[in-house]
Amino acid sequence: MEAIIEWARTLYDETGINLVFIYESYERKRFAEGFLNTVELASICMFFSVVIGIVGAWAQGSRLWIVRNVVQGYIQVFRNTPPLIQILFFYFALGKGLERLGLIPTYDAGGWQQPVINNFGWAVISLSMVAGSFNVEIFRAGIDAVPTTTREAASALGYTRLKSYIHIVFPLAFRVCLPALNNNLVNLVKTTTYAYVIAVPEMLYTANQMWSDNVNVPEMMGSLFVVYVGLIGILVYMMHKWERNMRIPGFGQ
Amino acid sequence: MAKLPGIDGRASTDLPVLNPLPRHFAASAVHKCGPDWYRLELRPWHGWLLLAAFVMVAAVAEAQSSAPLDRSPLATLYRWIPFIVWQNGNGFVLNLTISFFAMAIGTVLGAILGLLRVSLYMPVRGGSWFVTQFFRNSPWLVLLFCIMLLMPYEMSIGGKLVRIPDWMKAVIGFSLPIMANIAEIVRGAVQSIPTGQWESAESLAFSRRQTMWMIIFPQCIKRMIPPWMNWYAILTMSTPVASVLGVEESVYLAAQAMVAEDSRPELLGPFYGFLLVIFFLYCYPIAKWTMHLERKFEVNG
Amino acid sequence: MVSLKDVHKSFGNLKVLNGITFDVMKGEVVCVIGPSGSGKSTLIRCINALNPIDKGSIKVEGMEVHAPKVDKLQLRRKVGMVFQQYNLFPHKTAIQNVMMAPIHVLKQDKVEVEARARRLIKKVHLEGKEDSYPGELSGGQQQRVAIARSLAMNPEVMLFDEVTAALDPETVKEVLLTIRELAEDGMTCILVTHEMGFARELANHIYFTDRGVIVEHGPPKTFFTEAKDARTKEFLSQIL
Repeated sequence: MEAIIEWARTLYDETGINLVFIYESYERKRFAEGFLNTVELASICMFFSVVIGIVGAWAQGSRLWIVRNVVQGYIQVFRNTPPLIQILFFYFALGKGLERLGLIPTYDAGGWQQPVINNFGWAVISLSMVAGSFNVEIFRAGIDAVPTTTREAASALGYTRLKSYIHIVFPLAFRVCLPALNNNLVNLVKTTTYAYVIAVPEMLYTANQMWSDNVNVPEMMGSLFVVYVGLIGILVYMMHKWERNMRIPGFGQ
Repeated sequence: MAKLPGIDGRASTDLPVLNPLPRHFAASAVHKCGPDWYRLELRPWHGWLLLAAFVMVAAVAEAQSSAPLDRSPLATLYRWIPFIVWQNGNGFVLNLTISFFAMAIGTVLGAILGLLRVSLYMPVRGGSWFVTQFFRNSPWLVLLFCIMLLMPYEMSIGGKLVRIPDWMKAVIGFSLPIMANIAEIVRGAVQSIPTGQWESAESLAFSRRQTMWMIIFPQCIKRMIPPWMNWYAILTMSTPVASVLGVEESVYLAAQAMVAEDSRPELLGPFYGFLLVIFFLYCYPIAKWTMHLERKFEVNG
Repeated sequence: MVSLKDVHKSFGNLKVLNGITFDVMKGEVVCVIGPSGSGKSTLIRCINALNPIDKGSIKVEGMEVHAPKVDKLQLRRKVGMVFQQYNLFPHKTAIQNVMMAPIHVLKQDKVEVEARARRLIKKVHLEGKEDSYPGELSGGQQQRVAIARSLAMNPEVMLFDEVTAALDPETVKEVLLTIRELAEDGMTCILVTHEMGFARELANHIYFTDRGVIVEHGPPKTFFTEAKDARTKEFLSQIL
């Protein structure tokens, strides 16, 4: 660790390439925080978007016309409007609006009232809903890929609807969904950068502050690319491995 | 703790027959290389729903504001619409302009990159793979920052100093990820042509270049159109990102308009809502047409 | 005309051809038969340089097929191939399929090529179907267009890789008729086939392969009645 810090310092001294986020401890902390925030944001959104996807896919099979169409409406709205404007809308229009109406509880953050759902929270809500809307379609397609005959066989064996869903339909559907789901999750990591516009201190925002302070735009840009492409590359690789493991022999390809 | 199948334990089933996947999840690599947005089942009532939601939000904002009628949020919005949509070729019109140019440049470059990907030479294939992966895995906002901050605002072309406007830099910034994604579409389409076509062409002594241009590529074009159109929709919906960097498109101008109106909070809903509606109304016909083309090409094979 | 000497080929660990040696004379019709997995298709594809071989030599009219600097164009002009899956170009009509190679590869004159193509389509009994797309033709018709397409290059040897396997019995007949006419006109043909009746009637020589080696061979008269090897007898008893 020390060696890398020394190397970065000499690099700056000798060539002027300023990787300040390596050799200065304050900047190191800032960069690390930004990175962790991005990872945190992405992970929480992944979780919620999958939950929304499962619930939505389940609801789309409902017998009630109103439930089905509310879900359909939700999907179409979120898929055909720009995610950036959605985030702005959620935070500024909805968030601030609800705050003014007093609908969002606040807590005492040492002298002033901090709303329970801050900008990070709204970013989570907005991004999860977008990714969730895609997931509903993906999961629904997976569920539809399970033949009705299989479901009939399950109920003939005595499975209740819920049990057959858990033990039979879902495992089959999941394997079908996996490639598209992975694609979606990778996109989610990329869209965490949109949280920049509502001042969520994720990696891009932090890097922006750092290059404003240290005037080293190219270095920060380069490092940002390395980190994002690396992070996403690792994610893609892991997903690929997982897909391979789950592959159904003799099906698909 | 139960083992997750496929992660820390063996995949737990060896399954019998499943229904064939819905087409856009099928093994065809074409469909694996774009987000699976194909089953857009847009109906006109979705547009009406959105409009209704927008009207509702605006009405709530109206009810809240205690300002005289001509300063009501809806009236204000109505006044600013021309500004937001087509101010001097900026605004929403600029969003569309950026999307056209970026798509055009990205398609041409992407087609080349995609064909390089199936080249016979390993370094060419590897280099093309790297470029494709790099631009596919970069967040678009970061790319945009990079291009806009690092590109000079003036370049000398042929001795004359030419000023490069912001929106042009944005076009370049957007065309890079589009290039990578189109390259994936092209590669997928080429690889989805049955090997029999390559073999019979080879048996008839066609050179590789002749095979590619006269036999393989024409068959690919039909397959590539629906994913291509989808990427256009994605691109259009990503153009607001340029507002972060000061390009004067619709989101930027809407923000300016709100500032000009003293940043009254009750304007936020209607203004952003309006932006959502116009984007929706633009992307809806495209999605509908894409679905129609998909069905048409499916039938003819 | 075509001579194979001690040809070996493996796909990874699987040895598919294990020392194949035979010669085909000009004008001969040779049928290669055998159980699945015996290497018949691979053999024929190696003759056309679609698959490389590991060891041995294949010569077509004195030209070594697997020489490092072989002129594939020259080779493919001599050797025509018809596939099990027809592999017509779906975006061109039947006559365009037949005309494409002579125009673009042999750089021959368009008018001349068109006249020849029409003659060939007539020869395979498909007049009237010149302007149909492959999607509009039946399997047997497509296969005959594929034959015409290969003939347009004026080859000296025609290779047929189980060309009737994907067809239903009625259409099989049309294709076999076409091949028979070709053979009667003096074309050297090497067929991989399951059609025993056809082999018996038309072949000058039959080779039986199993597990990558030629187990037995002979003219049809003696092959079908006086098979010596146990494996041959077993195979024949299953199909006859």
